Amino acid sequence: MMLDLAIGIILGGCALGAGTAMIGGIGPGIGEGNAVAKACEAIGRQPECKGDVTSTMLMGCAIAETTGLYSLVIAILLIFVAPNLLVDILLNAVR
Amino acid sequence: MDKKRIRFLLADIFYISLMVVPIILGMILKVLTTPMSEGIQITGAQIYFTIPMPIQNLVITSAQINSFLVMIGILGLCLFLTHGLKTKNISTRQHIAEWIVEKVNNLVKQNMGEYFIGFSPFIAAMLALSGFSSLISLLGLFPPTSDLNVVAGWAVITFVLITYYKLKCGPLYYLKSLASPILLTPLNVIGEVATPVSMAFRHYGNVISGSVISVLIAAGLSGLSHILLGWLPGFIGEFPLFQIGIPAILSIYFDIFSGCLQAYIFAMLTMMYVSDGFPMEDYFKKRKKKQEVV
Repeated sequence: MMLDLAIGIILGGCALGAGTAMIGGIGPGIGEGNAVAKACEAIGRQPECKGDVTSTMLMGCAIAETTGLYSLVIAILLIFVAPNLLVDILLNAVR
Repeated sequence: MDKKRIRFLLADIFYISLMVVPIILGMILKVLTTPMSEGIQITGAQIYFTIPMPIQNLVITSAQINSFLVMIGILGLCLFLTHGLKTKNISTRQHIAEWIVEKVNNLVKQNMGEYFIGFSPFIAAMLALSGFSSLISLLGLFPPTSDLNVVAGWAVITFVLITYYKLKCGPLYYLKSLASPILLTPLNVIGEVATPVSMAFRHYGNVISGSVISVLIAAGLSGLSHILLGWLPGFIGEFPLFQIGIPAILSIYFDIFSGCLQAYIFAMLTMMYVSDGFPMEDYFKKRKKKQEVV
């Protein structure tokens, strides 16, 4: 009974941690929105350099995305990798 | 004359089969080895077999197998495109090959300068390998880029290149550039290590997020059509109403656009880091001094 509770706490903690880690997705959202807005402004002012502006914007967006992807990787680790590992550790400790 | 033509055609057929056969083999391997599964499942690369090694077992997974299949396919494509080069009356495939070479040369020249023009084959290989590795998921195979190990290997190659070009002015110059403001030395060292880590995570995270979202949406759509039609009897009750067409729209973004964009960004960042890390002016000054002494 206590073992079930402990496993439940582990799974719940991992899910909560994954959800909390994805708060990091806010930053790249705001940053990429700003970048695209400025790129639209620039294209509106100078339509002839649309290609250059677009490629530079995509590049900048990809770099701004990095912090969000760090939190995504941590969330994926917490959902798919951490529960099995932690439950194994717990069961070994009980035995 | 006739004999030459037949030989040409035979070589063409061989190159085309070099492109197509590995992918068919990969599909057969996947069909034979994938266990039957019910419902949604998000798994990593499938392990085919392990080779025992002294420190850690060497694991051969579908990511490695698929990336080698992609490499063989790209080799076949390159041989096919450059087969039968002529100076006059050039064929369509020679046009394509020349267009690719010109584009990559221009890209390298614009972003790295004339000194690094020897980098263009490496950049083209990086673009092709990364792009086709992501696009292979359209055929139902496991894309090698959604395994962190494969992408981390590429990032380590880039890290070695960056450090090699930073060391061109001698190890003392490199250490001095690391400790340029003395107080920021630890931050500089961390930044040096963070470059390959961030490159690997960026590529891996983009591809894996696309596949996870695709699987979740496919599962949600199947649940939705089950709710809507599940109460009807017989064949109509299992009709996948919402799974037709809607996942394909997502696949255009996640598989085609995102895969090609990540390949471009990986190559672009490699070029920028290598050319930024190389202290061009000091290197040429040093070389001039050496020549004067001699």
